[in-house]
Amino acid sequence: METLFAEIKEIIRKYAFDKKLVDDAKESSRIIADLKINSARVVDIVLDIEEKYDIEIDDKSINKIITIQDAMNVISQKQG
Amino acid sequence: MKKRVVVTGIGIVSPNGIGQETFTQALKQGISGLRHFPELEALEFGCQVGGIPDISQSTFKSWLELYNLITASQMIQYAVIAGLEAWTDAGFKIPETPDSPPDYDTGAIIGTGIGTIDIYGERIIPITNQKIIKKLRSTIVEHSMLSGGSATLSSILGLGNRLSANSSACNTGTESIIEAFERIQSGKALRMMAGASEPYSPWHWSPFDAMRVTTRSFNQEPSKASRPMSATASGFVPSSGAGMLILEELETARQRNAPIYAEILGGFINSGGQRNGGSMTAPSSEGVIRCIHGALENANAEPQEIDLISGHLSSTMADPLEISNWSLALNRKGKDFPYINATKSLVGHTIGAAGVIETIAALMEMKNSFIHPSLNCEDLHPDIARILSPERIPHQAINNININCFAKASFGFGDVNSCIIFKKL
Repeated sequence: METLFAEIKEIIRKYAFDKKLVDDAKESSRIIADLKINSARVVDIVLDIEEKYDIEIDDKSINKIITIQDAMNVISQKQG
Repeated sequence: MKKRVVVTGIGIVSPNGIGQETFTQALKQGISGLRHFPELEALEFGCQVGGIPDISQSTFKSWLELYNLITASQMIQYAVIAGLEAWTDAGFKIPETPDSPPDYDTGAIIGTGIGTIDIYGERIIPITNQKIIKKLRSTIVEHSMLSGGSATLSSILGLGNRLSANSSACNTGTESIIEAFERIQSGKALRMMAGASEPYSPWHWSPFDAMRVTTRSFNQEPSKASRPMSATASGFVPSSGAGMLILEELETARQRNAPIYAEILGGFINSGGQRNGGSMTAPSSEGVIRCIHGALENANAEPQEIDLISGHLSSTMADPLEISNWSLALNRKGKDFPYINATKSLVGHTIGAAGVIETIAALMEMKNSFIHPSLNCEDLHPDIARILSPERIPHQAINNININCFAKASFGFGDVNSCIIFKKL
């Protein structure tokens, strides 16, 4: 799980203006509210996750991704 | 009471120089930015020469990475590089975080002729046709919309006044300056970023190639291809780049001790209506002359005050007509004709950006007391030689010359015209 957490942070980091917020993030950090990621960029984060883990994330699941933990859960479910 | 408007900042991305200093040196030394491009030869273009600024070597490249603009249209990239140079040149700081307060007194009008066709050709059309639309990603609109230049600069600088993009073919850059000037003059803004940007793409240039309005005679001699006012001018040389000015209300600029390049005395925009000899692609002399007269009247300036004309002069058969129009409009000829040069002889025709890049060249000439050479017109067109004394066109740079007042005009498809009068303060 530690690896998955680090990998997702790495993806999010690309879209952050303030990289330090992402470096200091926890699993419970909210991607838009806490890490100050532009809400439009969630589309790109999801696409990066799909490509990296070779999964497809449907619109319903996208709406559930608020925190880093939510993203980790979606990946685990799809891979499971 | 109309506000007075001055130029307080300049930024430039030109095929013969990125940044004010490099560009000015290139102007002084008459360095051409035009080259032969193997890509155009491979695509069997009639005209295989052009001008493309090499931003990969630019010290400003890091800005594109910082602001996530690597996948943006070159139109937006050039606009941002030129815009940020102009902003810092005017003495302003670039905010370090996006949390800085909005500046409701400053806006941006950044035009383009053809726009963001590079992104349409490379990504939007092929990815849509492949039915993998989500791969366009979330930045696709902001990286391809025509107002992307002003929108992106606002995102970086917090500009809170009018943000928009104008478009009037080869008239665009000069028009954007006049629009911004009028906005400050009327008190609706204290400061405006004004300019235009044009990307490189083979899809941008092929329509002009199809029209045979670009030259086909100098593919092996790129620096000779753009020859405004020459008897052997055979079409323009396509080019790309951007120029940006910071225009500012005079008192505001004085209060903060801003560098002042020149005052904009006045400007005028019109069209010949594609009548009386004017057409979609050719200017009506009556329309052009009315435009120049309109600018002089708006500026409250006399024809005799003009020391230098920064011509539109695109290296086509329209050049002699342009000289005739200037002569009739100013009622000046022979040795009394103002100095005149064609910046397109050095950088080609940057379409929408041409008017502002050429304005910047003239502002640099005014500031540094020189007139740049107009290349490749040693064989002056006989119709031009009949109107003005050949010494009024410099083939070498003229140094130590005071330029107190210059006129800039641009003309474009649609029979559109614009003219601005600048004066030293």
